[in-house]
Amino acid sequence: MSATMKIALAGNPNSGKTTLFNTLTGARQHVGNYPGVTVEKKEGVYQMEDRQVNIVDLPGTYSLTAYSVEEIVARDYLVDERPQVIINIVDAANLERNLYLTTQFFELGIPVVIALNMIDVARDRGIEIKASRLAKLMGVSVVPIIARSGYGVQNLMDEAVRQAARAREWHPKAISYGDDLDSAMLEIQEKIDQAGFLADTYPVRWVAIKYLESDEQILTKGALENKTLSLELEEKVAEVSRHIEQTMETYPEAMVADHRYGYIKSILKDGVVVRKYDQNRLYTSDKIDKIVTNRFMGPLIMAAVLFGLYYFTFTYSEYPVGLLEGMFEAMGAFVDRTLPDGTLKSLITAGVIDGVGGVLGFVPLIMFMFFGIAILEDSGYLARVAFMLDRVFRIFGLNGSSVMSYIVSGGIAGGCAVPGVMATRTLRSPKERMATLLTAPFMNCGAKLPVLALLIAAFFSENQARYMFIFTVLAWTVALLVAKLFRSTILKGDMTPFVLELPPYRMPTLNGLLIHTWERTWQYIKKAGTVILGISILLWALMTYPGLPDDVTKDLEQQRQEITASFEPAVAAEVAGLDDEGELSDAGADLQQQLLAVDQAEAQQTLRNSAAGRIGIAMEPVSRLAGFDWRSNIALLGGIAAKEVVVSTLGTAYSLGEVDVEESGSLADTLAGDPNWNPVVALSFLLFISYYAPCFVTVVCIAREAGSWKWGAFSMIFNTVFAFGLSVIVYQVGIRIFG
Amino acid sequence: MAKKMLREMRRDQKGVIVAVKQAGELGRRIRDMGLVPGTEIMVQGRAPLYDPVALRVMGSVISLRNNEADFIEVEVE
Repeated sequence: MSATMKIALAGNPNSGKTTLFNTLTGARQHVGNYPGVTVEKKEGVYQMEDRQVNIVDLPGTYSLTAYSVEEIVARDYLVDERPQVIINIVDAANLERNLYLTTQFFELGIPVVIALNMIDVARDRGIEIKASRLAKLMGVSVVPIIARSGYGVQNLMDEAVRQAARAREWHPKAISYGDDLDSAMLEIQEKIDQAGFLADTYPVRWVAIKYLESDEQILTKGALENKTLSLELEEKVAEVSRHIEQTMETYPEAMVADHRYGYIKSILKDGVVVRKYDQNRLYTSDKIDKIVTNRFMGPLIMAAVLFGLYYFTFTYSEYPVGLLEGMFEAMGAFVDRTLPDGTLKSLITAGVIDGVGGVLGFVPLIMFMFFGIAILEDSGYLARVAFMLDRVFRIFGLNGSSVMSYIVSGGIAGGCAVPGVMATRTLRSPKERMATLLTAPFMNCGAKLPVLALLIAAFFSENQARYMFIFTVLAWTVALLVAKLFRSTILKGDMTPFVLELPPYRMPTLNGLLIHTWERTWQYIKKAGTVILGISILLWALMTYPGLPDDVTKDLEQQRQEITASFEPAVAAEVAGLDDEGELSDAGADLQQQLLAVDQAEAQQTLRNSAAGRIGIAMEPVSRLAGFDWRSNIALLGGIAAKEVVVSTLGTAYSLGEVDVEESGSLADTLAGDPNWNPVVALSFLLFISYYAPCFVTVVCIAREAGSWKWGAFSMIFNTVFAFGLSVIVYQVGIRIFG
Repeated sequence: MAKKMLREMRRDQKGVIVAVKQAGELGRRIRDMGLVPGTEIMVQGRAPLYDPVALRVMGSVISLRNNEADFIEVEVE
């Protein structure tokens, strides 16, 4: 027996597939991506007494057509990798619909073992399934299980391994699609068989079915292999298609589907399913829905739940986030003490520790957020949110599932776009998903808040809450309108059908929640961590090099000496020998103050002279259009690393030294008194901050989630141009009115 | 027994699908969910803004937008 036994796990969404996969593999999982697409590929190992079995969790699908990436990925995997057997998990309480996918495995001919899941739920609903009868009629093994509790899983795996060991040829099952189609099929099959058409990958009958269904992927592959034959087959299909449309007003594709269901119905009626109650009886889940999706109660409950998630994430992650920040601060302080002043120290503290700390600092936040979303997802509530909000989001070319991403990104001020962008994974339609993840960074994330607060306090009002609320509303408006813009231009296309299953409410399993949370978090650490380190070193270098010319440094040094010399030697000695705890005399404090002013002037000149400073100065002619001087430019450049950097960089640029983000009062006063600033400039600056290029961590996530760096670059360029345009308009109009 | 389009059905009304008049992706997705001729459905509810509609199909609940429901013809009781 070969050591590598490969078993694929397939089934509908909500059939308990992930639960079964977790039960089988526990922590022995590996999450990757299918080549070239963003669909997650989960692999794991099931440990048996005498061997290991590799299990691949195929994406959950209802069908094996070529319409969604998930479906193409699933079937490509089956024909390319040819796993020895498929474990097809079906929901016993929903057998008729779940078996639709099963019939398509039959058509392909791959060996199948049916895992009849949730027999306990079915029993509670008064549904009894005769597994042995079903097995006999379908001609495959059927093993009743309860994936949650592990009941029957051992049997299932024994049976799957037994089937896999037989390693037989694929035997496609011939389901009848009605006389018209069957006879056309025979002709098509004969031609395919004779030419050996696509024979190295697909079974003959299956290719014929796909031609009848006008399956895009197969038609394209067919045309590549044998153009003449492919056209001939398409012509034949067109002919039978015309005939069917005239006589029965339907399409071949629809007829195939109808007959698949017909096949399933005939089997289930033949003594497989015994029902105690009417099928439309209301279950507990339906009763919950009567309240939870009620016209009046529904939106209220939803607002409460979303706010709850938000509160949970940002409140409870505060402590671990603070702990991590403290750890990195301590590391920075340690390096500060041990290394001599100089480039290496500055690189390690400002470049490496701040950069990596910035990324890892998000980790608790992301974990909490994913945990919260996993609860909403696994319980079935997320589908209801999408259901209730779809009508609103559809206006903007999005769908109901977009709301989660917006909220997490800062739709209630103070979120974070990183988990927000990652949360778009729950959206199934690619274009709506792209539009959502590109616009989510417009929300007011927690890092923008200190900048907004600073400028609002300096120029507008002490009543920050009101202004914050206005900026939140504005962020939603901008995000939705830009989404609409994208959906009518670069992401143009019809609405993806929103045929959504509302699964019964279920209590999530802790094990499932933890695995979900951990694997997503780990992906974030791996991907973001490596890229961010490089970028933060780059930004550090930009703001450090080239250093000040020697004569300037000398000049500053001389100033220091002159200042020191103007005091009594005893005072100078007191300041030089000062440790952290010591108290200074009045003269000492005065000396220290003057020396600090020189240090701050040096920092300001260094920044001005650095590459970033030169860029800032070079951009001034353009940025002046929006009212920004070179100091603002550097701060904004720094903000691309992380938005909170804007405040501290402004501090350096105005030679205030390190400005604490939490206590920026002195900076506010300086700005309010600076001739370069006035309320119009401040408003223009506020708008720019809100909508320009997302921070680098977000850009990395966008690139990753969108599957290409092109989109990461797009979001930086588009958002910056967009924000600049907005700022220029506001500034130019503003100074004409108030100037 | 009368034929009606799905969009016109009332809450809690039952019926049997007669035809799904849509080819292409939408038609296929509708059929993938078990909405094929001969299937019995019941309108279980509607979203707060009256759209989408939630249907009871073979024991599970499926939601459809009204403009998607427009392609489904139902024979109602």
